Amino acid sequence: MTMTDQTATASTGPAAATDALVIRDLDLAYRVRGKDRQVLRGVSLRIGRGEAYGLVGESGCGKSTAALAAVRYLPRNGRVRGGSILVDGRDLFKLGGADLRHLRANTVSMVYQDPGRALNPSIRVGRQVAEIFTLKGLPQADAFRRAAEMLRRVQIADPTSVMERYPHQLSGGMQQRVAIAMALSINPHLLILDEPTTGLDATVEAEVLDLVAKLRGEYETSVLFISHNLAVIARMCDRVGVLYAGTLVEEGTTAEVFANPRHPYTVGLLRCLPRRGRRKDHGRLDTIPGFLPTPGAVIPGCVFAERCGLATDRCHQEAPPLHDLGGRSSRCHYHEKASELPRTTPPELSAQTVVSRDGQPVLRVEKLNKSFGTAQHLVQALRDVSLELWPGETLGLVGESGSGKTTFARVLMGLTAPDSGVTLELDGKPLAGRVKERTNEALKSLQIVFQNPDSALNRSHTIRGLIDRSLRKLTNLPRAARLDRLIALTRAVRLADRYLAARPRQLSGGLKQRVAIARAFAGDPRIVVCDEPTSALDVSVQAAILNLLAELQNERKVSYVFISHDLGTVRYLSDRIAVLYLGRLMEIGPAERVFSGPHHPYTEALLSAVPTIDGTAPERVRLKGEIPSAINPPSGCVFHTRCPRQLGEICRSQEPPLLPGAEPGHFIRCHIPVTGLAVDRRELKPAQGAAE
Amino acid sequence: MDMAEARKADSLKSARYERLRLLARSWTFMIGLIIVLFWAGCALFGSALVPQDPFNGDLLNTLAPPSADNWFGTDQLGRDVFSRVIVGARDILTVAPLATILGTILGTTLGLITGYFRGLVDESISRVIDAILALPLVIIALMSLVALGTSNTTVVIVIGVFFAPIVARTVRSAVLSERELDYVAAAQLRGENAFYIMFAEILPNIVPPILVESTVRLGYAIFTVATLSFIGFGIQPPSPDWGLAVSESYGLINGGYWWTVMFDACAIASLVVGVNLVADGIQGALES
Amino acid sequence: MSFSRLLLKRLLLSVVTLWLLSLIVFAGAQLLPGDVGRAILGPLADARAVANLNHQLGADRPLIVQYLDWIGHFVIGDMSMSYTFRSPVAPFIINAMLNSLKLAAVAFALVVPLGIGGGVWAALHVGRPLDRLISVIGLSATVLPEFVTGIVLIMIFGVWLDWLPITATAPADADPFTQVYYLLLPSLPLVFVLFGYIARMARAGTIEALDADYTRTAVLKGLPRRTVLWRHVLRNALLPTITVIATQMGYLIGGLVVVEVLFHYEGIGSLIYIAARGKDFPMLEAGILSIGIVYTFATLAADLLYSALNPRIRFGAVE
Repeated sequence: MTMTDQTATASTGPAAATDALVIRDLDLAYRVRGKDRQVLRGVSLRIGRGEAYGLVGESGCGKSTAALAAVRYLPRNGRVRGGSILVDGRDLFKLGGADLRHLRANTVSMVYQDPGRALNPSIRVGRQVAEIFTLKGLPQADAFRRAAEMLRRVQIADPTSVMERYPHQLSGGMQQRVAIAMALSINPHLLILDEPTTGLDATVEAEVLDLVAKLRGEYETSVLFISHNLAVIARMCDRVGVLYAGTLVEEGTTAEVFANPRHPYTVGLLRCLPRRGRRKDHGRLDTIPGFLPTPGAVIPGCVFAERCGLATDRCHQEAPPLHDLGGRSSRCHYHEKASELPRTTPPELSAQTVVSRDGQPVLRVEKLNKSFGTAQHLVQALRDVSLELWPGETLGLVGESGSGKTTFARVLMGLTAPDSGVTLELDGKPLAGRVKERTNEALKSLQIVFQNPDSALNRSHTIRGLIDRSLRKLTNLPRAARLDRLIALTRAVRLADRYLAARPRQLSGGLKQRVAIARAFAGDPRIVVCDEPTSALDVSVQAAILNLLAELQNERKVSYVFISHDLGTVRYLSDRIAVLYLGRLMEIGPAERVFSGPHHPYTEALLSAVPTIDGTAPERVRLKGEIPSAINPPSGCVFHTRCPRQLGEICRSQEPPLLPGAEPGHFIRCHIPVTGLAVDRRELKPAQGAAE
Repeated sequence: MDMAEARKADSLKSARYERLRLLARSWTFMIGLIIVLFWAGCALFGSALVPQDPFNGDLLNTLAPPSADNWFGTDQLGRDVFSRVIVGARDILTVAPLATILGTILGTTLGLITGYFRGLVDESISRVIDAILALPLVIIALMSLVALGTSNTTVVIVIGVFFAPIVARTVRSAVLSERELDYVAAAQLRGENAFYIMFAEILPNIVPPILVESTVRLGYAIFTVATLSFIGFGIQPPSPDWGLAVSESYGLINGGYWWTVMFDACAIASLVVGVNLVADGIQGALES
Repeated sequence: MSFSRLLLKRLLLSVVTLWLLSLIVFAGAQLLPGDVGRAILGPLADARAVANLNHQLGADRPLIVQYLDWIGHFVIGDMSMSYTFRSPVAPFIINAMLNSLKLAAVAFALVVPLGIGGGVWAALHVGRPLDRLISVIGLSATVLPEFVTGIVLIMIFGVWLDWLPITATAPADADPFTQVYYLLLPSLPLVFVLFGYIARMARAGTIEALDADYTRTAVLKGLPRRTVLWRHVLRNALLPTITVIATQMGYLIGGLVVVEVLFHYEGIGSLIYIAARGKDFPMLEAGILSIGIVYTFATLAADLLYSALNPRIRFGAVE
């Protein structure tokens, strides 16, 4: 072993000769247009037998590159400039072609994001799984039998019929299970998971993670788990490494690192996240100032120094070594002071208003239905949705895929026409179903911030042009007044003047989203629909946007319809929450009530599915089966097929009404009265609960 | 914070210059550009610079092989082939670009309308376009020119009109993908009318594919005009146009009088390849 | 949508397209020249002679009647009488079609393997000189007008080297091999033009498939390179190429006119050319419509083949 040992990462015990993965001082670059762009700098880590190691970081930090390097599947322009990787004790870069194939076929497996694309669309699933066995020399029939066995192990109920199908005929969760089956069928020593559940629904994600944890126990596989989601890492991994700009800045056991971080970046990252129970009235989220360094930038000194509140001159000039802290390590000169990182955003708020529900609601929706398709193939995306929104309040809308929350946003905005029979009122006045029929007053009062700012901002226009056009169409201000208004808007969203002449592609994601927000506020709206406004942004930037939205609401008494799949952010920002499932409103009420219960069985399951950093999630409620298709929804209560509290016949045949919940303003659509829902699920008699 | 932003802004500004630099470094693009500029020069200034009269030949010196006096030899009417080849660039480089411009303008408008409105308008127009495109351009052009009579103007109009559906198809598919983006919805939510959205919002974003398509169309325009001239339905005598010259002389190949045909053929080949190398280069630069 | 319903829908669309085509052809041939009789007899002819001719040809009836009459007869195979030859058009068309199909078949037999092979090979060496070479050759060959390549090839292979015959028509009762021998030289200009498209499509498809996630999965399974290529990459790479090959029919047919004229071959292309020159409108209309029919059915066949081979379309999303 070389001198890098003294700065080597801590291992769980004496260095085993056959650690599943050892990366030493890996320097990796991509060659772009003749120049080398450094992606990984001196990364070292070790994963022992049976250990689960999480690699966490934001976009561009190089974590996926590290994963690809570990299987030696770098793109054509990827170059290893230094260091080594040992898989099962063998030097990866010195392997010949046949040896490398042998390694891949027997020792290492990888599962990555977007399982739909990972499977060959033109080959039946069964053949793709069996291929692994035929490669080992098994005859066709045996290979298929083993494949079916493997699919059963990943809890696919009817393997033979699934094997007959093509990948596109399976749901996302099922596809990922197939991918996991393929990965584990060789009983690998090392399993690499690269964002395996990003893009999957919360309940499906929970199932997949459960599966991985269970199988890991059975097979004693070492796992390298890569994710940007700290909560998932906390749940799945023993140890964690934090990657920033291609450098490993901190490492240790997950419990220790997340409870007591020793690097300013980790500290900052944890502060950005809306933790369990935190709400906007409690104070603003902290943010990390600045931007991620451009890929390939040459940085003297510490990579994080530019954004670090604790940085001194020494940090800018001298790159810190990895300090061994006994069982963990940190790459910071001032690691013992890390938790004293000063806040970037002062936590105090200006006076917080209380939402008054005495007057007229700013929005009233009654009996909203939306169907697509023909009489034979009718898809009901929304069914009988009624709700109200008061001035200055945020209504959080949660639901998984097929819930109809995106359709709801589109119908509200008038981009899709609702079915007839609906009542829509804005400030007491009727609101037309189609945007073309709406008054100017309605247009400026009801605006939207989209999920993806790259799509929402016309890339050919300047920032100034974008905002100015909105001002022109939504207000009647003369030129000079418009200019004043424009400046006021950019100030309000903290956008520096010098960006006005720029085009969207010159701005970062967070800045672009601020422009989108400024544009939405151009006409001084009463309601702004926020459709996943932070989902496409990095964690450190999300916090800033959430703060901004909260601030604007405070100042202008604007109402939000906040749509997100991320329950943490929804809980942070919302005053009330509505839960949708297959287009039906399952529960609606004050945020805290919906979160703490008693609540709808679906809400209960959803909340238990979301992993938390401190591991204080409620016990997992497992749902049977997949989310049903909207084309053929279940009869009676649409949730009855998966409901752990299903009562029996009544749930199958009758759709439940919205019954009052635990406090005024709280409603639950369930046959079980709220007193019954308050009973802990585990105390239910077997006849009442669905079998696990 | 400033440094990082400034760096990002700089890197994107230089991206545009990088593309131009990339273009300049691509030797296929440069070769194509040189060829095109050369023939364009011939088209503009050729008649002033040619050594001999392309229209009147020395009837005592017919079918003379290439020599010091006649670099490319003389044709069956004693005309200097070299001069004819140089001046021959003029008609084709007038007709083809005009037809391309006409086709691009018509096609872009058509593509914007069908792509944006979709529904019945799109369906019916697309059916008609499909029907038109079922026939090769040469044949349609043939049919139309039989009916309209052949002149440079009619050739421009016929080719331009029949290019429009092809351009429209490309534009339509570009519009369809733009339409999915949220800025279109954002514009609708401001109360913008369809005209504004099509031309002020969507059009600026689809300029790259339109540019590529029109340069490719230019290549085909040249191809088609040359072919039509060859079969007698294009540029008319007494123009020294290359396609026409080939059709007038190709019966002479058997007799061994290759120079009456070869140089014109090579001129066509070089121009058409040049234009396409340029088009390919532009496409490559816009893609990166 | 089930597959048979898809088939029916596409078939219906093709029929609509053909019907529109017939309208266009009819409009083009009948309306544009204005007065048919005048167009044939010329500007100096006597007005009464023109009127007589128009009456003889039935060109003075209402347009709708003329159209229905024409299309009604066409559908049952009666393509009326040729002005030039004074005999039924149909046999000419059929004979010419068969000849052209032979030529097209030879061209396709050459270009499809060359194009696909070239494209895939270029993709496997992407970025390297071989790839650039194939791409540039393909690009340049595609844009050369057929008469240019045809003449150069005639000069080289027919006149100077004398390896191949320069007429396309073999002696009357020659065996298939001799026929192909004669068709070799004329097919080459067509091969040149089509090679570029097919190679480009195959190359693009292969590159996309090579970069795809599923290829990564296959490689990471430890499969040997050849298996990955043949079992995983190619079937996805070449699927889009199928549709392209069918649409090449269009360019092929356009090229036929020039090639057949150049090589004095009695195919549909030269037939149309002669009809156009001689203002033989019935022949012209019938010929053009026949080409349209062939093209529409070729695209339909390719479309259906693609749908049958693409599991996403064939089976639809079930869950």
